Amino acid sequence: MSAVSTEGARVPEQLEDLESFRKRARSWIRSNLRRATRDEMRWGRFDGNEEAELAAVARDREIQRKLFDAGLAGICFPRAYGGQGLSPGHQKVLNEELVGYEYPARMQVPTLSPCATVLLEFGTEEQKLRHIPAILKGEELWMQFLSEPSGGSDVAGALTTAIRDGEQWVLNGSKVWTTGAWWSDWGLCLARTNWDVPKHRGLSVFMLPIHQSGVEVHRIEMINGSREFCQEFMTDVIVPDSDRVGEIDDGWTVGTRWMFHERMMYSSPYVSVPDGGSHGGTAATSLLNIARELGHMDDPSVRDLVGEARMLEIVGDELMKRVTESIRSGRLSDQAAAIGRLFKGTSASRISTLALEVAGSAGAAWTDESAASSTAVNFLMRQVGSIAGGTVEMARNVISERVLAMPRERTLDRDVPFRDVPRSRPTGS
Amino acid sequence: MLLALSSDQEFVRETTERFLVEQTPPNEVRRLQRDTAGFDADYWRRGAELGWTSFLVGEAHGGGTISGAGLVDLSLVAYEFGRHAAPGPLVSTNVVAGALSAHDAQTEVIADLLAGTGIATWCAPELRSFHGSWAPTVEIRHDRAEVVVLGKVSPVEAAGQAGHLLVTGRDGDGITQVLVPASTAGVSIAPLRTADLTRRFGAVTFDDVRLSQDAIVGAPGEASTDVDLQFHRTLAILNAEAVGAMQAAFDMTVEWAFDRYAFGRPLASYQALKHRFADMLTWVEASHAISDAACCAIDEGSPDAAELASAAKAFIGQYGAEVVQDCVQLHGGIGVTFEHNLHLFLRRFTVNRALAGTPAEHRQRIGAILDGWEAAA
Repeated sequence: MSAVSTEGARVPEQLEDLESFRKRARSWIRSNLRRATRDEMRWGRFDGNEEAELAAVARDREIQRKLFDAGLAGICFPRAYGGQGLSPGHQKVLNEELVGYEYPARMQVPTLSPCATVLLEFGTEEQKLRHIPAILKGEELWMQFLSEPSGGSDVAGALTTAIRDGEQWVLNGSKVWTTGAWWSDWGLCLARTNWDVPKHRGLSVFMLPIHQSGVEVHRIEMINGSREFCQEFMTDVIVPDSDRVGEIDDGWTVGTRWMFHERMMYSSPYVSVPDGGSHGGTAATSLLNIARELGHMDDPSVRDLVGEARMLEIVGDELMKRVTESIRSGRLSDQAAAIGRLFKGTSASRISTLALEVAGSAGAAWTDESAASSTAVNFLMRQVGSIAGGTVEMARNVISERVLAMPRERTLDRDVPFRDVPRSRPTGS
Repeated sequence: MLLALSSDQEFVRETTERFLVEQTPPNEVRRLQRDTAGFDADYWRRGAELGWTSFLVGEAHGGGTISGAGLVDLSLVAYEFGRHAAPGPLVSTNVVAGALSAHDAQTEVIADLLAGTGIATWCAPELRSFHGSWAPTVEIRHDRAEVVVLGKVSPVEAAGQAGHLLVTGRDGDGITQVLVPASTAGVSIAPLRTADLTRRFGAVTFDDVRLSQDAIVGAPGEASTDVDLQFHRTLAILNAEAVGAMQAAFDMTVEWAFDRYAFGRPLASYQALKHRFADMLTWVEASHAISDAACCAIDEGSPDAAELASAAKAFIGQYGAEVVQDCVQLHGGIGVTFEHNLHLFLRRFTVNRALAGTPAEHRQRIGAILDGWEAAA
C-alpha cells in the first residue's frame, strides 16, 4: 500500500509551470470542447430520456479520451498509471479553464474519486496498471457498491457476504444508491468476509464488473422522476482473489480512506469540474432568473432572498478552500472534510427553500419555459444534498467526535462478533 | 484568521495577543466600563507602537505594511481585538488614517494617529442610504473660500474621544469628504449608550460648521470611490473582530462542555449537544474563510470585493449570532451573568453586527450586485 500524494510528482523542477499549463489547457479546451449548455451544467436533472442519457454517457467517455490524449486527464494521478503527475494547483487551473465548456461530468464522482483514488492508495501494482489508465481513457466507469438496504449511514454494518472458495470469492447480497449503475462498468464493493469478529474487523473490499450474470441492476424511481439511482442484487458472484483491494478482513482501513475521498467530493484534486466560484451558472443565478422573469428584483425582500442564496454559495466555496488547505497543511485532520460536507448539505437545502420563496405561486404551477419550472420538484428533492454521500447527521458525529475529540456515542456493536449484533428486521423492497 | 501567516505577520499577531492578555484582562475590560473614554491613553499609545494604526498608512507618511497587504495585516490585530474584547478605537482611527494617507492630506494628523497620540473617526453614511450611490445625511456647501458642513450623523464610534472627524457629505450631485477638528465651532457631540463595555459612540451634529478649503480630503465631489473603500475596510475590520469574538466564545464553550458534568457524564458526550458543536465549528470556520477572502479582495481592489465584503458581513452577522448565543445557551444560567466572561464577546459581536449594515441589508446588497445594480448605477 502506498499513500496517495496530494502533491503530485515530487520533483518540483520537473513540473510544468502553472502559466504555461494554463495556456496549453485553454487553447486545447477552446479548440476541442463545445460550449456547455445550461442542461449540461446541471446534469442531475434527469428528464427520463434514456437514449439522451446514454448518448451523454458516450460523449463523456469520448471527452475523457480526448483529454487523455491531450495530456489533460488525471492531473494528480502519477504518470506511471497514465496520469500527468502534476499538482492540485494544476488541477485548479484546469477547473478554472473548464468554466463554460462541456466536461466529462459522469467520469468524476465516483469514478475518479473515490474509486480510482482508493485503487491508487490500496491497489496492487497490477490492479493499478490494469484499471487506472483505463479509467483515465474513459474506458471504465466505476460505481460504489457501498450502502446497503439494511443501513445507510452505518456503512461498516455491511451484510453483503464474500465467502472464500480457493483462489476466488463468492459474493451474495445487495447494494443500493449507486448512481447510474445501469451505464457503468465496474463496482468497488465492501463486503463482509468474517462474521465471527467485531464489525469493523471482518470486512474486505473487492472490485467486480457490473454487467455479468449474478448481478441484477434495478433502477429506483425518485420523487423527481429520476431513475438514476440503482439497487444491485448479487447472487453467487465469483470474484478472483486477485480482484481483492487491500488485506482480507482489513476492509475498514480501506473504507475509512474511501469515505474521506467521498466527503471531499468535488474539492478532491483528483476530479476535474468547472470552477463554480464566481463565474455564474449557479443556483443563485437561477433564483435571480426567476425573480427577473416575475419582475420582482426591485422588491427588497426578494433581493434579500436572492442575496442569501448567493451569500451561501460564496461562503461555501471559501469554506471548501479553507478546509482543503487546512487538511493539506495538517492544521485539521482528514476528518475535517465533514465540515465542508455539512455546510454544503445544509446550504443546498436552504437554497432550495429560498428558490421556492422567490418563485411564489409561479412555483406551484408552471410551463416548461418558465424560469421557475423546476423549483417545486427541486424542493421535493430538497434533502438529497443532506443525505447523499453520507448524511449530515453522520457529518456532525464526525466533526464533534473526530475533529473536536468529544466522547464517542456508546454503541452495541463493538467488541462482539458481528453475527451477535442486533440488526433491523428485514424490510420488503 | 488567515491560515498561513508569514513569520513577520505571526510576530505582530503574537505581540498584540501578548500585549492584550497583559493589559486588558477581563477585569480590566469590566473596569473600563465606567471610564469615559473606554481606554487609557497610554495603552493606546503603546498599542500604536506595535503597529495598530500604521498598516493602512503609506510609507511616505511613516506607515507601512508587513506583508504588502495592509488590510490583511490589520485584520490580524482586529482578530486579536475580538478574541480579547479589547478596548480602543481600532476601526475608526485606521479607516481615517488610511483615507488621509491616500490623498496625502493633513500629514500632521496622520503622524498623531500613527503615534497613538491622536484619535480620529469617520462620520460615515448609512448603508441603507446606498441605492447604487451613497446619499449621506450630511450636506457640504461651498461659500466663497469656505466649506460649510451641515447635518447630523449617528452613531459615530469614538466621537467624544476623537480630535478629528472625517465627514462624508453630499455636495451637489457628488460626494465630498472633509476633515473637521472636533473643536471647530458648530460641532456638537452627544454621547450615546452602547452594549459594548469599552467602545464609545456619539451623535455628531454639524451646525453651519465653517472650514477653509484645505479641510477637503481628495477631490471635491469625487469621493464616492473613497467612501466605497472606507466602507469596505470598515466591514473587513469589524468582521475580523467579530470572528475573533466568535472564536473566543466557541473555545470557552468547548472547554466548558468537557469540564461540566451532568447525570454523571460531560456535556460533550451528549449527541444532542455534540451536533450543535459541529454546526458551530462549521460556522466559525466558514466565518474565518469568508472574512479572510473578503479582506484579501478588498486589499487587492478585486472586482468581487463588494460582493465578498457583503457576503462576509451578512454571513458572520447571521450565523455568528447563532454561534455566540448558542454558547450562552450551552453555558446555562452562568452564561447570562456579568461575572462570567462570555458576555464580553457577546457584546463585541452584537455591536459589530449592528454597525455598517445588518445581515439583511447586506443580503439585499448582494442581490443588487448580482442583478448588476451597481454596474448600472
